[in-house]
Amino acid sequence: MAVNVINEKCKGCQKCIKVCPFNAITMEEKLAVIGPSCTGCGVCVDACPFKAIEKTEEAAHTKDLSVYHDVWVFAEQREGKLMGVAIELLGEGKKLAAEIGCKLCAVLCGENVDGLVDELIAYGADKVYYANAPELKSYNTDAYTKTIYEAISKYKPEIVLLGATHIGRDLGPCLAVKCGTGLTADCTKLEIDPEDKKLKQTRPAFGGNLMATIICPNHRPQMSTVRPGVMEKPKYDKSRKGELVKLAVSFKDGDIRMKVLEIVKHVADVVSLTDADIIVSGGRGLGSPEGFDLLREFAKKLGGTIGASRAAVDSGWIDHAYQVGQTGTTVKPKIYFACGISGAIQHLAGMQNSGYIIAVNKNENAPIFEVADYGIVGDLYKVIPAIMAELDK
Amino acid sequence: MRIIVLAKQVPDTNEVKIDPVKGTLIRDGVPSILNPDDANALEAALAAKDQFPGSTVSVLSMGPGQACYMLRECLAMGADDAYLLSSRTFGGADTCATSTTLAAGIRKLGKFDIIFAGRQAIDGDTAQVGPQTAYRLGIPVVTYVMKIREYKEKSVVVERQLEDGYEVIEVSLPCMLTAVKELNEPRYMTIGRIEEAYKKTITIWDENDVALKPESCGLKASPTQVFRSFTPPPKGKGEMLKGTVPEMAAQLVAKLTEKHVL
Ligand SMILES: Cc1cc2nc3c(=O)[nH]c(=O)nc-3n(C[C@H](O)[C@H](O)[C@H](O)COP(=O)(O)OP(=O)(O)OC[C@H]3O[C@@H](n4cnc5c(N)ncnc54)[C@H](O)[C@@H]3O)c2cc1C
Ligand SMILES: Nc1ncnc2c1ncn2[C@@H]1O[C@H](COP(=O)(O)O)[C@@H](O)[C@H]1O
Repeated sequence: MAVNVINEKCKGCQKCIKVCPFNAITMEEKLAVIGPSCTGCGVCVDACPFKAIEKTEEAAHTKDLSVYHDVWVFAEQREGKLMGVAIELLGEGKKLAAEIGCKLCAVLCGENVDGLVDELIAYGADKVYYANAPELKSYNTDAYTKTIYEAISKYKPEIVLLGATHIGRDLGPCLAVKCGTGLTADCTKLEIDPEDKKLKQTRPAFGGNLMATIICPNHRPQMSTVRPGVMEKPKYDKSRKGELVKLAVSFKDGDIRMKVLEIVKHVADVVSLTDADIIVSGGRGLGSPEGFDLLREFAKKLGGTIGASRAAVDSGWIDHAYQVGQTGTTVKPKIYFACGISGAIQHLAGMQNSGYIIAVNKNENAPIFEVADYGIVGDLYKVIPAIMAELDK
Repeated sequence: MRIIVLAKQVPDTNEVKIDPVKGTLIRDGVPSILNPDDANALEAALAAKDQFPGSTVSVLSMGPGQACYMLRECLAMGADDAYLLSSRTFGGADTCATSTTLAAGIRKLGKFDIIFAGRQAIDGDTAQVGPQTAYRLGIPVVTYVMKIREYKEKSVVVERQLEDGYEVIEVSLPCMLTAVKELNEPRYMTIGRIEEAYKKTITIWDENDVALKPESCGLKASPTQVFRSFTPPPKGKGEMLKGTVPEMAAQLVAKLTEKHVL
């Protein structure tokens, strides 16, 4: 899609310049000119009071897209355990597959992880493509890219979804380039266009200030990485039946150019953050690392876990694994306590879909109160103990 | 060593505000900066140059002419030379097309040992351009690099950040590494270098210079397209509790119990 100015209609009002998120429009001799940083997003089309800006479809490629079918989910496993996001994607993939009228398939790489095949089927996969090889035991960019690329070339999926984990965001771009297709990063919403059955992928941009819906009209597969913790997990149904397809795997010298020497773990379980029903998060307002001791005690009382803002992580008070937000984890607990967190857009991006948000902040104008269901203005060192005392009653 | 750094000029998204009435982005007066992760990429390159005297560091960017300011900043931090891929035909590129253009620029620069990029650019947050450029060039890539342990004859050993720890990876050279902010602390520009930076010329290339056909660049070569963009609807403000601290605590617990969430 491209955006064009209809010169006869343009009055030079400059409204489009102000709304353009990409600074792409300039005025030349009182006419709007769309510059090279235009992404074709169309915000200006709606903003123009004179209907002087139009969006034009580019002539569609003549590539045959009809040979592509099925929705694939990358079944990311670590140490023989499926990542939560892979399960979430099976739930989402199932909905998409039903709307298109095709199968849901999982693609699994690992060494002797046969047990996961049944698990994937129980979570909704109709078919599991399974590559079993020592080289695939743990994630390796070259080994995984080659294996999955060959499977994509052979079986031609219409849609490929990966979790936006550190691994999915490494594998996705390499696969997309090899397949000569597009990739939409970090999606938070996926839909099928009811008319043309194409995938509409929505993701935050500009640090969450803007949402963009992306399409990949003329290339296949349509690929996205999806934020962990956003999609609903499907039900586990042991009685489901599915098909197993074993993938042939072979590597020659030079195919794998990197070697994982060691995997070191900092934190016992980060998974608890995405799965937690209650999260008590602390920010710079804690003032010191000891503040997390209070929050830990509070979280324990509630049967929840702790989280943190980036400012608290950057201060060295707590490990990065606990960071909630755009560059941390996205969470959706039943209750999210934000203690001493101002509510920067990047933090909100990771927690605003929580069931109930409760904010405790000294500053009554803190933006966190704009998204809080219940707000308490006060010193968290007084408020939290008071809530704990109340719970003891 | 011959080192290349990929750097992008981005709007400071921290300064981007939403117009509360119109619900649109306010970009007026939003400063353009060197993408934060790219400053870590450049620092890693400069540190390697310090370690291996005689190395050169070239910075490559794709963007409009004003990106020259950012490139001068890179020179003032200590880069040897800077190149800007700039042309109307590069406009509207998604990550796929951006990586094609950057890869063409890198090929024109010639032989190299290592390329550093940032993990992600804060305007799009995709983290795709680094690995995509590497795969186009046919070299291996390690993303999320948080530490460089050792340069060897034909390889480099790095730590790659994971959600719950890290991996130690040995990757053969030449390769691409993408930097996270934990990798290092970027150095400051020095007065002497700032002066020098203004004497240097920044080489500007268009599609002809890097032997790309116009149809391989920009919007035309982008598989993904923006269908629509909008500002996320704000979540409605809830209730501010009132009273003394114990009163507010009691109200909160009562309300949550009443709603059966506690
Ligand atoms: C590219 C990018 C990505 C980012 N990603 C993330 C991300 O993923 N997650 C994230 O959280 N941030 C992220 N940030 C940072 C974000 O912009 C904010 O800087 C950060 O969230 C602020 O953390 P804070 O609210 O804890 O600190 P501050 O903004 O300093 O707020 C501290 C708050 O505590 C209150 N306070 C102080 N003392 C007390 C007390 N005793 N009792 C009660 N309240 C008190 C103050 O009133 C204030 O509101 C990102 C930034 C960038 C540029
Ligand atoms: N236009 C560009 N010019 C130079 N480098 C870029 C450009 N776009 C992206 N990069 C590099 O790729 C990294 C990831 O960018 P992105 O995929 O947009 O998040 C950045 O940190 C840069 O190092």
